[in-house]
Amino acid sequence: MIADDTQTCQPLAGGQSLMPMLNLRVAQPEVLVDLNRIAALSFIEIQNDVVHIGAMVRYTALMHSPLIDKHVPLLAMALPYIAHQAVRNRGTIGGSVALADPAAEMPAVLKALAATIVVVSAHGQREIPAEAFFLGIYETALDEGELVHSIKIPLATSGHRFGFYELARRHGDYAMAGVAVSAQSINPCTELSIVFFGVADQPLRAVDAQAVLEGCAISDNAALTAAQQSLPAELMLGDTGVSADTRLQLARVALKRALLSMAD
Amino acid sequence: MKNKEIEVCINGETIQASVPVRMNLVDFIREKLGLTGSHVGCEQGVCGACTISIDGVAVRGCLMLAVQADGSSITTIEGVSENPVGSALQRAFVEHNALQCGFCTPGMIASSIEYIEQGGLSDRAAIREHLSGNYCRCTGYQSIIDAVASVVDQRAEP
Repeated sequence: MIADDTQTCQPLAGGQSLMPMLNLRVAQPEVLVDLNRIAALSFIEIQNDVVHIGAMVRYTALMHSPLIDKHVPLLAMALPYIAHQAVRNRGTIGGSVALADPAAEMPAVLKALAATIVVVSAHGQREIPAEAFFLGIYETALDEGELVHSIKIPLATSGHRFGFYELARRHGDYAMAGVAVSAQSINPCTELSIVFFGVADQPLRAVDAQAVLEGCAISDNAALTAAQQSLPAELMLGDTGVSADTRLQLARVALKRALLSMAD
Repeated sequence: MKNKEIEVCINGETIQASVPVRMNLVDFIREKLGLTGSHVGCEQGVCGACTISIDGVAVRGCLMLAVQADGSSITTIEGVSENPVGSALQRAFVEHNALQCGFCTPGMIASSIEYIEQGGLSDRAAIREHLSGNYCRCTGYQSIIDAVASVVDQRAEP
């Protein structure tokens, strides 16, 4: 059905974003394909050096998974910030990936962790690095007829350190600015990966900040300030609630707090 | 619009119904089953007034289609007094003045039942976080949190 291009067809995952869009008549697909009874898409397992997560795994299941706690701590840190309990009971990781809302936590976390998105279609399967998957507001590298099948995330090693911070008006609201950080080590910093969400039209990798901090101690004040100053002001989006200037400032604050939380 | 036959167990009673495939679950419960205790506020999953329990899990009634509930067991506010936690919460909400207009109450109770059944503590911050997806526009939240905390404490007594 999804491969049939004579009608607009929309897969329905947890529905916590698509259902509001249908209720508001913002989305009007002719056919809705419910994925909720596909048990084969609800797995969390370790395969060699990755955790493999099915697209229909719900946030609550991820929060209760000892595998995620142990092997993907950054994901575990981000989960409580996603909306509210009743929404996390239905919302799925694959749905968030396929939607590619730039304010959502999952795309930024997956990009920070160098995850891989496994996609399927009638023609077979392919793997897309998270780095190349999220292209813009609700825009992904998915081709017509392709579905997100699962996500592969490299296992954290013992020295690996992670930071996560978001600024929202109320708990569960979309972040005004947030950041996910991963580092191989922090004293000095090596292989830093810093990805913002809720600031630009897609999960934003802070390339310059990564370069500035590489090789410095994570609590080095001069390096922190330089990293804050290096964030790309021209990519910040403004809206009616938060101007682009304010967002830049919030992103700087979130970065500092996330990095300092890693020093503890 | 196409219809589909579904079977659900609602508040302990098994029913079969033919529902339009596009109908939201909470609309089905209110309009077809006449159980109007579940309220429809924002219809975009934000306000929490339509929160109900499906197979023991709190969900938004406005963010599911009725056909997706086929085969499941649903509890709405009309059925919560059968559950000891539910009836204790109902009493506590009255005792603590945790409702005024009552619009948010069915959703508050559904979320609170889940919190208590999952072993939630009487820690106010934890209750507040769990109920953060349920909006109240009149009493404010203090008395609601008092009510939930009192039920947690009662249950902890030997």
